[in-house]
Amino acid sequence: MSQEQLAVYEVFIRSNRGLDHKHVGSLHAESPEHALMYARDCYIRRSEGVSIWVVESTNITASQEDDIESFVDPMDDKPYRHATHYVLPDNVTGM
Amino acid sequence: MNNTIKSNEQSPLYRFVLGLADDSVVLSHRLSEWCSNAPYLEEDIALSNIALDYVGRARMFYQYAAEVEGKGRSEDDLAYLRSEREFTNLLIHELPKGDFGFTMVRQFLLDAFYNLYLTQLVDSKDETIAAIAAKAIKETRYHLKRSEPWIRQLSEGTEESRSRIVRALEELKDFVGEMFLMEEWETSLVEQGIAIDRAALQPDWDRYIQGFLGESGIEFGDAQLQIRGGRNGIHTEHLGHMLSEMQYLQRTHPGMEW
Repeated sequence: MSQEQLAVYEVFIRSNRGLDHKHVGSLHAESPEHALMYARDCYIRRSEGVSIWVVESTNITASQEDDIESFVDPMDDKPYRHATHYVLPDNVTGM
Repeated sequence: MNNTIKSNEQSPLYRFVLGLADDSVVLSHRLSEWCSNAPYLEEDIALSNIALDYVGRARMFYQYAAEVEGKGRSEDDLAYLRSEREFTNLLIHELPKGDFGFTMVRQFLLDAFYNLYLTQLVDSKDETIAAIAAKAIKETRYHLKRSEPWIRQLSEGTEESRSRIVRALEELKDFVGEMFLMEEWETSLVEQGIAIDRAALQPDWDRYIQGFLGESGIEFGDAQLQIRGGRNGIHTEHLGHMLSEMQYLQRTHPGMEW
């Protein structure tokens, strides 16, 4: 089986119970089951995790770097969206 | 001749543990031959990982064999300074790695065997053997979990992949019977609760293998004893070549460490 026939999977590892899964990298595999096993061999050999998710990369819809001006920047000039924008009235205590 | 005389003086426990150690180190070396040669990186890492599992298993068995022998030899002496006729691995382990299909079929047949074998060996009355088996069975369960989908996928993949699986099974079928062969020293240890009866595992193994392959429409007959000799140091022509590579460093630079 050649590399071109393989799908790319993104690997997410949960390092401890109670924590959330973190993206750690990606790999090639011919099925989700194989991807899970390869992830085990590539990413948690030294007990780095207790749980693995693999997601075929094509199933991820991602924001684009090029869009950053319209996609992310507009948030910067809307300070009123941040709590710090508001002045606390004097008679509010305990915050 | 000398080897035969010498082996008769060895204790049953030594011969038994040494056989298991040799099985592991030889298979480990065959798997390690894929390192940097596997079809792609991820599979390369996975196969090398399994090779490492087996080298770990070999080390534990060799250390124990050396201790049982009590002649001051080390695990390295046993692995790297014995000749082909002194190796007592079952022949299936030493066959050349072949193509990827052959390697996976052999692994599948062995994983299924070790799954049955180690599951019982954990109850050995010999505490060291039981402890090694307890560690190894976890690895083997994972190995089998990995080889099953490979065999399924290749059997039901393309005409080419299926033909390679069928060919590998054909090439291996004469070597599986030896896995269930009891030597007299092993039988004596079964009576003491130290070893387990390999022969008794065969019906379960046959049933499992035939059932699994049958789902992909591949027939495989009951294991039959065809070629034997490994436990008595009689090997295929392949082991000598393999050892010349495996032992090269220790033979050329005795005692070398890194």
